[in-house]
Amino acid sequence: MVVSFTVNGRPVTVDVPPEKPLLWVLRDELDLKGTKFGCGVAQCGACTVHRDGQAIRACITQVRAVEGADIRTIEGLSPDGTHALQRAWQELDVAQCGYCQAGQIMNAAALLERTPRPSDDEIDDAMNGNLCRCATYLRIREAIHHAAGRPRAAAGSSDDR
Amino acid sequence: MATVERHDLAPETAAAVAAEGAAVGVPGGAVGRRKGAVGAREHSNAVGRRQFLRVSAVAGGGFMLGTWFDWLGAGEAAGAVGGPEAGVRLAGAMDDAALEAALNAFIRITPDGIVTLIAKNPEIGQGVKTMLPMIIADELDVQWESVRVEQASFDPEQYSGQSAGGSNATPTSWLPMRRVGAAGRQMLLAAAAQQWNVPVGALTTSPGVVHHRASGRQASYGELATTAGAMPAPDLETVPLKDPADFRIIGTDVRNVDAGAIVTGTQVYGIDFTVPGMLWAVYVKCPVFGGKFVSGNLDEVRAQPGVRHVFAVEGGTALNGLLDGVAIVADTWWQARTAQRVLDVTWDEGETAQHGSEAFAARAASLKGQAPGFTVRSDGDPDAALSSATRVVEASYHYPFLSHAPLEPQNCTAQWRDGRLEIWAPTQTPQSGRRLVASTLDMDEADITLHLMRIGGGFGRRLSNDYVVEAARVARELDGVPVKVLWSREQDVQHDFYRPAGWHHLTGGVDASGRLVAWKNHFVSFGEGERFGSSAGINATEFPAGFVGDFETAASLITAGIPTGALRAPGSNGLCFVMQSFLDELAHAGGVDPLAFRLELLSRTPERGGFDPERMRGVLELVAEKAEWGRELPRGTGRGIAFHFSHRGYFAEVVQATVSQAGELTIDRVWAAGDVGSQIINPLNAVSNVQGGVLDGLSEALGQEITIANGRTVQTNFHNFPLIRMRQAPPVEVHFRVTDNPPTGLGEPMLPPAIPALCSAIFAATGRRIRELPLSKNDLSWS
Repeated sequence: MVVSFTVNGRPVTVDVPPEKPLLWVLRDELDLKGTKFGCGVAQCGACTVHRDGQAIRACITQVRAVEGADIRTIEGLSPDGTHALQRAWQELDVAQCGYCQAGQIMNAAALLERTPRPSDDEIDDAMNGNLCRCATYLRIREAIHHAAGRPRAAAGSSDDR
Repeated sequence: MATVERHDLAPETAAAVAAEGAAVGVPGGAVGRRKGAVGAREHSNAVGRRQFLRVSAVAGGGFMLGTWFDWLGAGEAAGAVGGPEAGVRLAGAMDDAALEAALNAFIRITPDGIVTLIAKNPEIGQGVKTMLPMIIADELDVQWESVRVEQASFDPEQYSGQSAGGSNATPTSWLPMRRVGAAGRQMLLAAAAQQWNVPVGALTTSPGVVHHRASGRQASYGELATTAGAMPAPDLETVPLKDPADFRIIGTDVRNVDAGAIVTGTQVYGIDFTVPGMLWAVYVKCPVFGGKFVSGNLDEVRAQPGVRHVFAVEGGTALNGLLDGVAIVADTWWQARTAQRVLDVTWDEGETAQHGSEAFAARAASLKGQAPGFTVRSDGDPDAALSSATRVVEASYHYPFLSHAPLEPQNCTAQWRDGRLEIWAPTQTPQSGRRLVASTLDMDEADITLHLMRIGGGFGRRLSNDYVVEAARVARELDGVPVKVLWSREQDVQHDFYRPAGWHHLTGGVDASGRLVAWKNHFVSFGEGERFGSSAGINATEFPAGFVGDFETAASLITAGIPTGALRAPGSNGLCFVMQSFLDELAHAGGVDPLAFRLELLSRTPERGGFDPERMRGVLELVAEKAEWGRELPRGTGRGIAFHFSHRGYFAEVVQATVSQAGELTIDRVWAAGDVGSQIINPLNAVSNVQGGVLDGLSEALGQEITIANGRTVQTNFHNFPLIRMRQAPPVEVHFRVTDNPPTGLGEPMLPPAIPALCSAIFAATGRRIRELPLSKNDLSWS
């Protein structure tokens, strides 16, 4: 089946089985490997991308469902990696293994689009579907605040070293 | 009474065993640690080898500084590393192959002033790819901003200890990396001394520059690099090191060197790596561990879209090696995975199909009150001490099997060409991986090249190389065509090397003043005869061993075909829950505050205890102070405190939890205090590691359990093997107590105390004592 949509602002056409998940279309056909495979059943959020500005799980989204859609992946979040979240993630050194972080950032970006200054509660609600096996949640939360222009005291301190 | 000590390996051996995932019961890296032994580790390198410097020229100018190893004789290896001769290999003395190999050296400085440092160990998220080069850079005296970091491939000729496990990188690399950096600086100084005809002693460096203050002359490292390559290499054993007070990089916050690639989605993990023409494979094993292939509808699978090859593989019997399976190879993984749905295999499930969690639990329960199979340690007369104790407490504890569940599913890429294999593996133990592939495929290890890929989480899962040998075997069948084997999440959960479940039947006694005076533990674990299964053991020095005169640890083992292995803080992650929780029970039985009870125990002089009680008191007092232990709390809110020594690290933690009357648990806050020696190398990363490790412990406690039915794993994915999520993650305050001890690792030792501290907090809040994990199986309601 031929499916046409835009990815990171670029029109693409792929000829693949209609039920092939968007995740694997991005990775196999479009060489966009920043979107990760973690669970395959929308339990971890590592595959989070935007469809028309909304965060979706690419692993359970069949490619036929994105015909005509505007898809954005981590590679297209900003032209040069300087989205406020990407900067905050680096400044606060969020990543440990880093595998989930593209999905975290994409989910957070969708949150900030609709809620520019989220509270802790709003962050927890929005981000609860994204697993981080290294459990970098405290810095993720802080980095979202940081990007939203609201730096807060870090949850952990190392004042006594 | 006689004392029996088991599995009392020398620290180096224990660390190596833990790192290589061998099937020995080694709880933590703390096995057999003698008091004061930490100091002796200053000189430890790879056991039995001595490291020498190698200098070589870079085409186009500049120099490289690497190391090489000579094996020591057995006699030398046992003693302090001593040989007097400095091993110096200059470029001229090296053949072409050696020169090429030196491209993977530790330091490369080119005339343009670019400093490239090589990170030798697998990066699993612990931050070692940033931390080891930081150590070199500081002694070399360069600006961190001018440094480029490259990941080494697996190369045992040049690098020692290329593994990620046991929190070993810091203690084993701290001095060697400093020496490498310091040697590079000395050679640059020598080059300047020669050029200016002045003594080396008259020269100093500032980052990236050599100065002769007397004449005002200076030269950049880039300008000196080519000359430096012709200077004799200093002896690593005697090269002068910086005074720690002069560190410029060590001890400062340095960000992950891959952060930019990670946040833009360009970081290549094993799963992302491709080779032109690469195919993808699913490798389907029997759901019952170790089951054998009998027959299957392979032709039908072969006819599925995109499928190129389908074949059955005959494996062996070792659960950590190549097992029987069906390889489905297709143009894309999604096609192979889709084709798997029509695969119908008849397996010979074997005896393991009779094994299951219910039977294990029944067996463990039936052993309560029975004579144990064997004694691990016995001191004094615990029965007599119990009969004269003022209060005696009996309790049985249980913790379940756990899966590692790293977020990047197991995968490995391999290409077989003319009898040689090239492998791209996200593995924590490349050395064992290559050895396993060589022995399974009957190859020389020298014919196998293994590249290290950045790893999407380790946690001990990738100490085992089962997925590596699967890729190698499939690649051999494809003869020339590169292939990536990728597991599904379901395969990852169902074919793990699980943290073994355990049961502890405990009896303890306190005297009239509430002091612990007697302790007996009948530990029911997995293994054969008197040999514990992998990560299923208990150490003879497991606390409170040595601190209680009348003491016994004994064990009975269940033999089962369930693969077990090291999960972050192996052994400790279950044992600490039991020991610290039961200590809490005894403190309450004696009417003593849980902190005071522990401090009193740690004020004793241990007989063959497992650690330095003074350091443990230090972190316990620090965490109590930071948490303001003892403050009044509202009803339904409680605090627990716990400590643990593992992987050479000392940690004490306080957890505050609130439980609603209906039993809904909220973890309010965690305070953690750690002592990992004289230097926190990268505080930014250290704090993050501690926070993540604490939350990992809470994650295990909250809802994780692997159960076995009919020889197979029941759980399949994150909906029934839940990881902690953001909403559940409390703030974690991290404090370090700096002590005059060699720096040690931070991959693991923070994890164990979080679990009993949480459970004791729940007790303080509700009066309900948690003796079985996970918490989701416990009713926490109160009135």
